[in-house]
Amino acid sequence: MNSETRILIVDDELVVRESLKHWFEEDGYNVEVSEDAFNVLQILQPDKWDIMLVDIKMPKMSGLELLERVKAIDPECIVVIITAYASVPTAVEALKNGAFDYVTKPIDPEELSHLIAKAVKHKNLKNENISLKARIEEMINLGDLVGESLEMKKVFELIHIVAPQDTTVMIRGESGTGKELIARAIHLNSPRKYYPIIAVNCGALAESILESELFGHEKGAFTGAQYKRKGKIEMADGGTLFLDEVGTLSPKMQVDLLRVIESKQFNRVGGNDVVKVNFRLISATNEPLEKLVENGKFREDLYYRLNVFAINVPALRERRTDIPILANFFVNKFSRLMNKPNKSISKDAMEVLNNYNWPGNVRELENAIERAMVVGTLPEIQVENLPFRIENTKGMLDSLEDSERLHIKKILEKYDWNVTRAAAALEIDRVTLYNKMRKYDFRKE
Amino acid sequence: MKQKAVLILFSFTNSYTNSSTTNNILDLLSRTFPFEWEIVDADFNSKDFYSHPRKQYHSTKILEQALEKYSDNFEKILVLTDYDLFVPVLTFVFGEAQLKGKAAIVSTFRLHQEFYGLLYNEKLFFERLQKEILHELGHTFGLIHCKDWFCVMHASANIDEIDMKSDHFCNICGKFIVD
Ligand SMILES: [Zn+2]
Ligand SMILES: [Zn+2]
Repeated sequence: MNSETRILIVDDELVVRESLKHWFEEDGYNVEVSEDAFNVLQILQPDKWDIMLVDIKMPKMSGLELLERVKAIDPECIVVIITAYASVPTAVEALKNGAFDYVTKPIDPEELSHLIAKAVKHKNLKNENISLKARIEEMINLGDLVGESLEMKKVFELIHIVAPQDTTVMIRGESGTGKELIARAIHLNSPRKYYPIIAVNCGALAESILESELFGHEKGAFTGAQYKRKGKIEMADGGTLFLDEVGTLSPKMQVDLLRVIESKQFNRVGGNDVVKVNFRLISATNEPLEKLVENGKFREDLYYRLNVFAINVPALRERRTDIPILANFFVNKFSRLMNKPNKSISKDAMEVLNNYNWPGNVRELENAIERAMVVGTLPEIQVENLPFRIENTKGMLDSLEDSERLHIKKILEKYDWNVTRAAAALEIDRVTLYNKMRKYDFRKE
Repeated sequence: MKQKAVLILFSFTNSYTNSSTTNNILDLLSRTFPFEWEIVDADFNSKDFYSHPRKQYHSTKILEQALEKYSDNFEKILVLTDYDLFVPVLTFVFGEAQLKGKAAIVSTFRLHQEFYGLLYNEKLFFERLQKEILHELGHTFGLIHCKDWFCVMHASANIDEIDMKSDHFCNICGKFIVD
């Protein structure tokens, strides 16, 4: 519960204190405010507050000094620095002195909610007193990247090697194998972790939209552009740009992208100003890029720019020893999320899971377990609780497209053809879902 | 007799919607919240809320003025505006409400597709507007953000999160909506 998290806001500006307090109260947190660092130090004891938001610039005592003194009294307290844009270098300094993170005023609401979620998670992990190793793994958000097979160990090793370097990485693997999780793990273990990782799914968007999505546009660049907009490349400045499904890029976009990678600068759509950027590039694809290069569909120079360090993620059926480990991992995860007593998987059900072909890979397994947890009433997950397709195909080969088509249709029906909800359930965006509906010629019956 | 509530249109031009929008909103309000809803045009002075450097309007100040002018006669106050809203510490807000209080405000500025460089979509726009209205008024009934992704009281820090949730209260949150 959020109400168990105690937040203190220290800022000399009344309006900042009040608006932040109000924001956190809507999230149900227990919030207090103070305008004076000295007062805070007088009443501070270990474990009095979980999270402290501290303005870096205050008249009597600077945020940096307060940070140091707070850490001396309560090293566990999570301190987030609030800074004006001009003071960012000082805020970076604060990170070295034990600040958890910093935010720049005015704060983007999305950034603030992510940051606080991260801080609360961090605090809860500490409270659960789990082992240091597990804590680090949570911090780098390996999350659902689970596996003990040789194939996965190799992947983890590659992540470990490449993360701290600034090398361009290409992740290859079927959909549902967790390519985005790997990109995030690399980012979070790199020196760029204090900057954002921005993900763009190149396959989900039409060329004209993708162009303004990546490069941004100036006001009036095209009909409907009523407002200047930052592109994803610009948002990734300092951090990591993750381009998924690069194999689908049009020839024009390939040229544009190559130019940015080589020059580290670009123009917004409809603009002449040169925007300089500094980002690390991670791309992903499940297409045979080498073939596309051979057929002239993908530029060779771009291919070499992207494919500097390759990580191949095995399909789930190529690492079957991980199936029971993953299945149990997801059972635990959903027990926790659904607040249910821990279930186990019956011998028969496990056999079905072990023999199935998993065209949708880890994501499909995760969805299957989630469903089984919802529909099953016994303490053991039974074969009947598994999705019909898995239960019936027992090891039979299904083409990826067949199962995708069936699965999407089923989910659409489940959500009464509400595309937004179906897309959310499928964990894809609406545009992707629309494209797939068009591809399979689906219409509401 | 039902208590009275007021819908205040503050530079709400209907420019992104058809003419029946305000009627649809009144319908939604009367269906969802047990009050006698009236509609008025705001007699606010925009200059009081405008920030030149930010080119945005300070939502907290608008709420203050709305309360000053309307709280004697109305139990709930909802302001609708096309202006882009902010509170000083954040880059923008979709809306603002007094937690367990009387007044709420919702801006349409970031709810239409054109803002994101996409094609006009009236239906989607109206869905988003409905959700934001229910959400902000929900706060005035003391509701805090709900963990249920489909509940309209789920927090949304960007437009995708507004689209993800449904346009109604979950069973638990719904119990709070009484007079
Ligand atoms: Zn809210
Ligand atoms: Zn709820």
